[in-house]
Amino acid sequence: MNSSVIVFPGSNCDRDVAVALEKLQFKNKMIWHKDSSLPKSDLIVIPGGFSYGDYLRSGAIAGKSNILNEVIKAANDGCLILGICNGFQILTETGLLRGVLLRNKNLKFIGKDVNVKTIDIENKFCNKYKKNQVLKLNIAHNEGNYFTDKEHLKELEDKNLIPFKYCDEKGNINEENNPNGSLNNIAGIFNDKKNILGIMPHPERMVDQNISNNDGINLFTSLLN
Amino acid sequence: MKLILVKRHQSNLKKNKLKFSVKVTLKKDVLDPQGKVIQQTLLNMGMNSLETLRQGKYFEIDINENDEIKANNKIEEMCNKLLVNLIIEDFKISKA
Repeated sequence: MNSSVIVFPGSNCDRDVAVALEKLQFKNKMIWHKDSSLPKSDLIVIPGGFSYGDYLRSGAIAGKSNILNEVIKAANDGCLILGICNGFQILTETGLLRGVLLRNKNLKFIGKDVNVKTIDIENKFCNKYKKNQVLKLNIAHNEGNYFTDKEHLKELEDKNLIPFKYCDEKGNINEENNPNGSLNNIAGIFNDKKNILGIMPHPERMVDQNISNNDGINLFTSLLN
Repeated sequence: MKLILVKRHQSNLKKNKLKFSVKVTLKKDVLDPQGKVIQQTLLNMGMNSLETLRQGKYFEIDINENDEIKANNKIEEMCNKLLVNLIIEDFKISKA
């Protein structure tokens, strides 16, 4: 499987994603944001970080970069797109995913391990997980508070477009276990066609038992299925 | 050479310059946690007549255009395409 990781000035999880992808035998290429063409890719990853120092709004400037035009074209042709953290913010700024990521409710940057529950596994990214599995993943963001209009929120729930929600250790989903104020404890969403996934937690940080745990690995192995 | 071009561009701009300002504010329904903290701090400082405070952004824009309507349209395009996230923000353009 061919993957491309887009690199912006200020991306800082690009190499972590590359390590995770290469560990799982993806043929990966790093793509600089000024490039105007993409190599043939089955998966495009927009990594975490602070592209352009979060100027204007997080992800706003990166969302207008050269390479994003190509990413949008590829996405519309059905290419798999994964946006992690700042990548999720960039996907919402480009309009590839609807909604917006607001400042965390408590106004603090949150960097910690949280519990995340798999809500929908019938998609390309999550088919190696069990339904309602509780994962431990790491979050590190200042703007992770997902917000959208009521109609769209209903659509997300009704069409199973929310693969991950924040929960407690036992899998209970409630306000107490919502780290950032995100609507309905949303940790990640799909577009209608489920080829574009945006998530705030970092699966690439959880692919090695010796460093952390393996809970993120299935997100990448699912894609190889 | 590049510097000369930049200077020429700048002097051209001066001839037809129109100045605008854009205020960007969060929509009423969107929580403004920064505004809330500022409001609370002002209240703590004894500014008791303060009722509500919302924080926003402000842009000053010079534009190379004679026609005010055309210039206004251009600014609006800038707002819609980049300066404003229309899901959560409103904007107001004023001629400076």
